[in-house]
Amino acid sequence: MERLVDTEDEVMLRDAARGFLDENAPVSALRANRDAGQAFDPGLWREMAQMGWAGVLIGEDHGGADMGHRAAGILAEEMGRTLAASPFLSSAVIAASALRAAGSDRLGQIAEGAALYALAVDEGPKHAPDLTAMEARPEGNGFRLKGRKVFVADGASADRVLVLACSGEGDEGLTLFDIDAGRAGLSRKGADSIDARDFATLEFEDVEATGEDVVGEVGGGLAALAPGLRAGQAALAAELSGLSAGISAVTLGYLKERKQFDRTIGSFQALQHRAAHLFAEIEVTASAVAHAGRVLDHEPENAQLAVSLAKARATQTAKLAVMEGVQMHGGIGMTDDYDAGFFMKRARVGAEWLGDYGHHAAIVAAARRL
Amino acid sequence: MPDTLEDFRAEIAEWIAENLPGELRGQPRNEDTICWGGRNWKFRSEAQKDWLERCHARGLTCPRWPVDYGGGGMSRDEEKTLRAEMARAGAPSPLDSFGIWMLGPALLKFGTDEQKAEHLPEITAGRIRWCQGYSEPGAGSDLANVQTRAEDMGDHWLVNGQKIWTSYADKADKIFALVRTDRDAPKHLGISFMLIDMETPGVTTRPIRLISGASPFCETFFDNVKVPKEGAIVGEMNRGWDVAKYLLTHEREMIGGGSGGLTTGATLSEMIGDMDMVAGADPVIRAQAMELEVDSLAFGLTMERYKDMAESGAGVGHASAMLKYYGTELNKRRQEIIMSARGSEALDWGEGLAAPWLRSKANSIEGGTSEVMLDIISKRVLELPSK
Repeated sequence: MERLVDTEDEVMLRDAARGFLDENAPVSALRANRDAGQAFDPGLWREMAQMGWAGVLIGEDHGGADMGHRAAGILAEEMGRTLAASPFLSSAVIAASALRAAGSDRLGQIAEGAALYALAVDEGPKHAPDLTAMEARPEGNGFRLKGRKVFVADGASADRVLVLACSGEGDEGLTLFDIDAGRAGLSRKGADSIDARDFATLEFEDVEATGEDVVGEVGGGLAALAPGLRAGQAALAAELSGLSAGISAVTLGYLKERKQFDRTIGSFQALQHRAAHLFAEIEVTASAVAHAGRVLDHEPENAQLAVSLAKARATQTAKLAVMEGVQMHGGIGMTDDYDAGFFMKRARVGAEWLGDYGHHAAIVAAARRL
Repeated sequence: MPDTLEDFRAEIAEWIAENLPGELRGQPRNEDTICWGGRNWKFRSEAQKDWLERCHARGLTCPRWPVDYGGGGMSRDEEKTLRAEMARAGAPSPLDSFGIWMLGPALLKFGTDEQKAEHLPEITAGRIRWCQGYSEPGAGSDLANVQTRAEDMGDHWLVNGQKIWTSYADKADKIFALVRTDRDAPKHLGISFMLIDMETPGVTTRPIRLISGASPFCETFFDNVKVPKEGAIVGEMNRGWDVAKYLLTHEREMIGGGSGGLTTGATLSEMIGDMDMVAGADPVIRAQAMELEVDSLAFGLTMERYKDMAESGAGVGHASAMLKYYGTELNKRRQEIIMSARGSEALDWGEGLAAPWLRSKANSIEGGTSEVMLDIISKRVLELPSK
């Protein structure tokens, strides 16, 4: 396994991504999206796809760049730094990883950036795939899907939906389907999301699904979903890690410039120690994030501990970073004109998506026999 | 070179299997089992002596040091493999010493060939036990304020003053100390890094009893101590602060590194015992333990990443203060949680939990306090202004 520091190729990828995002997707772009009422800029996504980002986890035989999970994490970290909004996690990471493991023939469309995917798994306010209750009632040669999915990231804008539903009972009762978002009986309602991104509630009213729509095996839904979930959790952790570094950089800039009591406020030890502590947390989290990417690339079957460790850490660190960011900015941090609030809102959404701190800390604790 | 590393692993595993005395296998690591070496060292057993000698002959007491000085000449990957195999076999560290951790690295970087040849082989063989003389009653966090002075008397230095918190000074053969050799220079520029034999007339020590009941630290007094000039100063005269800073970086990594979840011997789960029995009724302790485990594992990975950074030449610099800060604060949390989870049974000294709990409180003081570490991070890493 490579070391945890970036390789030369990874440094180049990071530099290129940073340059591109600083120029094309700064925080002001997210603000413009929000004010225009759009979740992301399709033109930006096309450019990302042209650079190979949409196919970062897709094999070259399907037109992908096949750069691996650490590379996907580096892209996500850089996107987190500027809060770049795109369907990257939903399509290029989660759907691509799940469909690749299942040998789907739709990978080419994802790699092109042409097919946008959403993962519909949650049914309540907390992420709990194994408690899925949505019905997949066998009928003829296929199924009828009935029920509701909530907090479906990119759900309103997606072309296709990966949806987990109950096709039977017990451990082998869940099946993962890949269906067209325009299919009869499926209605979608976008939320007024705090982070100005797209998440939606999906209502399934006896939506028809055939055997061809099944990802993996009937009854093997959790297994089919696992590669997608793990990849998504790791990349989301990376995004939150980048977000933490992003707001921290903004805050440090302010500490070096703002004057009160005839002094630069960054010279006050009370603020210096808070900033230094935050630096420590960010560094420790960055290690867990890099490690998760490495393990996914080299031992994907044993990656859950590493991935949950990264997601748990990144969730906590992002929370600290945005809270410290606003507090150290003082009143201006509370204004909509300033960027700090955008980081805070995205950090909160990222905290819940794909499992919160408690969900992942429990996985770590169980693996460590606590 | 994974193939050759695998060969190395197999070779080391076989060597350990052949050479590790059975009675040492899996023994707990504590003051009664550690091998410190030195002129007056009394081996705890024949097995301990054999293990040290065999490891030394194979270069395993200082795996990364040059072979010429009794080291193993290994790469970092080889050392990592060695440590993993040692841990897997339940093998104790053959030799612990401040010579290995601190003086050796300083000599390798700043020492003359003569100094290296004189001291390093004694360290790798465990024949000389060193202690560190840095802190003074008036020089704690403000370490550069050292007042112990060395006067140039022609063929020797005349040393007078007092050190405090000198670890195991009462058992050490020699001391590496910061002494003031120029009283007129600015405080950082008048200090030299001096090597002094503890048997020299005028050197006395007095152990300090700590809250943990142990006395690992001493006061060390220098009363008209004559130190022959030949080879006494490491690095340039009056530039001892450079050597000290370099060494402090090592010390910080080491103190911080002792607490990573992946690197310590016993897991948190083993230390706590059956969670359902001990803390099952207490969701707060369980939650604290879970959070600690998350942070410890991530910190262990951070130690790895920083070593990788140092190795790759990118350098870690002042960010090592972060490792010291984070690692020691983690260890204090860990000890608190263990005490709390084990409840009243931990309150008997005989259970062996109270002493490490109390000892851990010094982690965030020794080698630079947590607050000094945060100062270093904010000024040197984050470059926050001083006014």
